[in-house]
Amino acid sequence: MHQALTERAREEAGPAGPSVARGRPARPAGAAPSGRAPYPFAAIVGQEEMLRALLIAAIDGSIGGVLVLGDRGTGKSTAVRALAALLPPMKVVAGCRFGCDPGDAAALCADCRALPRLRTAEAPVPVVDLPLGATEDRVAGALDIERALAEGVKAFEPGLLARAHRGFLYIDEVNLLEDHLVDLLLDVAASGENLVEREGISVRHPARFVLVGSGNPEEGELRPQLLDRFGLCVEVRTPADVPTRIEVIRRRDAYERDPVGFCAAWEKEQSRLRRRILSARGRLATIEVPDAALERAARLCLALGTDGLRGELTLIRAARALAALEGRDRVGDAELRAVAPAALRHRLRRNPLDETSSAARVERAVAEVFGP
Amino acid sequence: MTAPGDGQAPPGAAPDPAVAEDQRAAALLLAVDPAGLGGAVLRGPPGPERESWLAVLRASLPPGTPWRRIPATLPDSRLLGGLDLAATLAAGRPVAERGVLAETDGGVLLLGMAERVAPGLAARIAAAMDAREVALERDGLARRLPARFALVACDEGVEGEHAPEALRDRLAFHLRPVLLTAAPLVGIAAARARLGAVRVPADALEALCGAALALGIASLRAPLFALRAAAASAALAGREAATSDDVALAARLVLAPRATRLPEAEAPPPEPPPSEQEAAEQVPKGEDSQGPLEERVLAAVRAALPQGLLAGLGAGMREAARRAAPEGRAGARQAAPLRGRPAGTRPGALREGARLALVETLRAAAPWQPFRRRGQIGGPRLLVRREDIRLRRFEAPRQTTAIFVVDASGSAALHRLAEAKGAVELLLADCYVRRDRVALIGFRGLGAEVLLPPTASLVRAKRCLAGLPGGGGTPLAAGLDAARDLAQSCRRAGRTPLLVLLTDGRANVARDGTGGRAKAEADALDAARPLRLGAVPALLVDTAPRPQPFARELANAMGARYLPLPLADAVRLSGAVREVAA
Repeated sequence: MHQALTERAREEAGPAGPSVARGRPARPAGAAPSGRAPYPFAAIVGQEEMLRALLIAAIDGSIGGVLVLGDRGTGKSTAVRALAALLPPMKVVAGCRFGCDPGDAAALCADCRALPRLRTAEAPVPVVDLPLGATEDRVAGALDIERALAEGVKAFEPGLLARAHRGFLYIDEVNLLEDHLVDLLLDVAASGENLVEREGISVRHPARFVLVGSGNPEEGELRPQLLDRFGLCVEVRTPADVPTRIEVIRRRDAYERDPVGFCAAWEKEQSRLRRRILSARGRLATIEVPDAALERAARLCLALGTDGLRGELTLIRAARALAALEGRDRVGDAELRAVAPAALRHRLRRNPLDETSSAARVERAVAEVFGP
Repeated sequence: MTAPGDGQAPPGAAPDPAVAEDQRAAALLLAVDPAGLGGAVLRGPPGPERESWLAVLRASLPPGTPWRRIPATLPDSRLLGGLDLAATLAAGRPVAERGVLAETDGGVLLLGMAERVAPGLAARIAAAMDAREVALERDGLARRLPARFALVACDEGVEGEHAPEALRDRLAFHLRPVLLTAAPLVGIAAARARLGAVRVPADALEALCGAALALGIASLRAPLFALRAAAASAALAGREAATSDDVALAARLVLAPRATRLPEAEAPPPEPPPSEQEAAEQVPKGEDSQGPLEERVLAAVRAALPQGLLAGLGAGMREAARRAAPEGRAGARQAAPLRGRPAGTRPGALREGARLALVETLRAAAPWQPFRRRGQIGGPRLLVRREDIRLRRFEAPRQTTAIFVVDASGSAALHRLAEAKGAVELLLADCYVRRDRVALIGFRGLGAEVLLPPTASLVRAKRCLAGLPGGGGTPLAAGLDAARDLAQSCRRAGRTPLLVLLTDGRANVARDGTGGRAKAEADALDAARPLRLGAVPALLVDTAPRPQPFARELANAMGARYLPLPLADAVRLSGAVREVAA
């Protein structure tokens, strides 16, 4: 990447301004400054597949996002928001408004590259909400109107995509997102950088994030291109057994009554899970993927007729992340089986009207390839 | 027939005092814990009943509590907030304007015509209810504003039209209000203060969860609401712990209206429940898993279920399918001529009919302000010139709604109803590719029925189609009338209707329900003509084994393309629809 391409929001058009908004306070903290502390991730009852998929995405961000589909009131949003409080903090370049990684020189933004020396700071991993009704200028970033009006400076005001860099971008009811925002997301998710060309501003900044979407398919189909962007796709159902349901309600009630006390009671579990994530991240590169596992993954994808190689790649990566999470040192059948539905169910060439759920098709193929 | 749990008293009759008492209790409980209980759905036409319930609620709220009424459509700028145009221009710097959701923080939000609420609006309100704050990411503003409110969604109580499920699920009480009389108020403030300390015994929690499951209520929000309602009830009565009376009240108010099956029915829900009498007489057998409290809760629910509900539960599957169609009439309000897919902005003159893109205009004007102000003394702080004006661009929505009108009569069933269904499925797949909406009308026996209002969910269309039974006479005229109504409502919603009629053309039931081929055919032709006048693009697929002259005549009368389909030829069928749609 050339510097000239990355950021040209200079004062050439701003008649009387100093330079670009560099001294602005760093980006806001990752978690939405909600009125309540988020529900602890470790306290979520059941929904193993969803929780596992989120943890896998937290361990290996290259998996490409998680889509959570399912019934109402199953805690889809709760789980994603809970992730923010669970994730260990990350290292950022001090003062960088995009939260650049000081350890990755290739991915630095133009501002950081211009710095003589990078100072490191710690910041929470951003989990950014993209609410329905957001406007494009807030998503992609745009001219800072306030400074433009008050000071006549052409400054770039980073948007949600910038804030989500190196973290998670969460879209609840993703199937109701306006089409032009979906287009924008698809473009950025594919290239890993956000390109803003508007109002005489020309900015390019890194925007690599894990896309997390949730929705209820009954309310409208997801565009196939968007569906394809998600590495893992999980389906959540309301638990149908009384003890689980009672436990869900009991914990939820306890949390609603005393969020602070409830979170404190779960902090030990939370930090245990946090350590597991950290350790899994550290060991990810050392996890062995035997040829047999690769072959099985390939045979599974062949049996299901998935398009392209992304399915296989995601399957292997997810299985590797799971092995790391579970403390194993190699990918085996158990890991492949566990992640196969999530990695493949949304990649089947499907007849939109075929009632056989894609999950059932994946399970059948798994049984064929791996044996019962 | 009303939906399960809606019916309370037949219109005109004096309200059952027990029902009235419960409804009053619902208003008081909501006043005690507005944000925790979410709110209420009020079904039924506007009138003194609805007003009396609202009056009780309003009177129980502390003075000064925000009370806002919003229509079923309002732009994001009003709902969520955004840039305040006048204040921004006056101040020369961006000034935020709070939306209705944030303005109602701590109060009650009234949503009228809730059945017409678009899924997008429902999702925005639901998100604010979940987070108890508004996430504003608009017009260059990024804010989090508290929004703890109770929502009261009022619908007209028309059969098959409900507030969006996303909202209903988040509102504790579903009522069909009866006339309440004014009564002295009880200590809401004291109850609010006591609420946090109220304990709900563990067996109450288990009973409510068990009862919810036994009643076929899938969502976990229902037992949670019931739990909170029990706590609020105890707080209101000045108790420190919820008693079984509180729990029973909560079950009547929260669980009963949501019941999709009766606890006795061991069989899965699709099974038609036993007749009213039988079920009412059956007493739940004491099972090990059901504690005595759970039985009491179920008894309370059973008592709260209105008469005639059982028959309603039988039709529950169809009703549920329809109720689950939130976008049923969603588009109806989007008739504004300048709507559509936003496609950025462009410079241009601000003429009538153009929509100003305020933020973009300000952005365009901003860099020049110091220049323009130079040498100027006084005057406006912000100088916007014509060349700064930016207008919104929209792409016209070219969305089609394909209305499938399927003849499910006995004669059609004979003539391969199954294959006709197969043909529709092929067409549905085609619609999926084009991202059209589909709607499904079935006619047989004495009338026609909208089985599926326009929806983008083809899975649901398929399910609906598969469940379409065959048999009975052929009320072709009724089918066409229903199709015309639906086509008109699609037009109003700004979509292009496309009619696909699958029939064997053997009309034998007239509009008034009488038999006789001649009258039935005359009525059918009569019903077909408005379609031609309305220029609704249409295709008539003749499913009879031998093409029928009458079917061709009918196609002419409605201005439809005629396609005899002695063989279910997927390619031809799909090609024909595409031609008609073009």
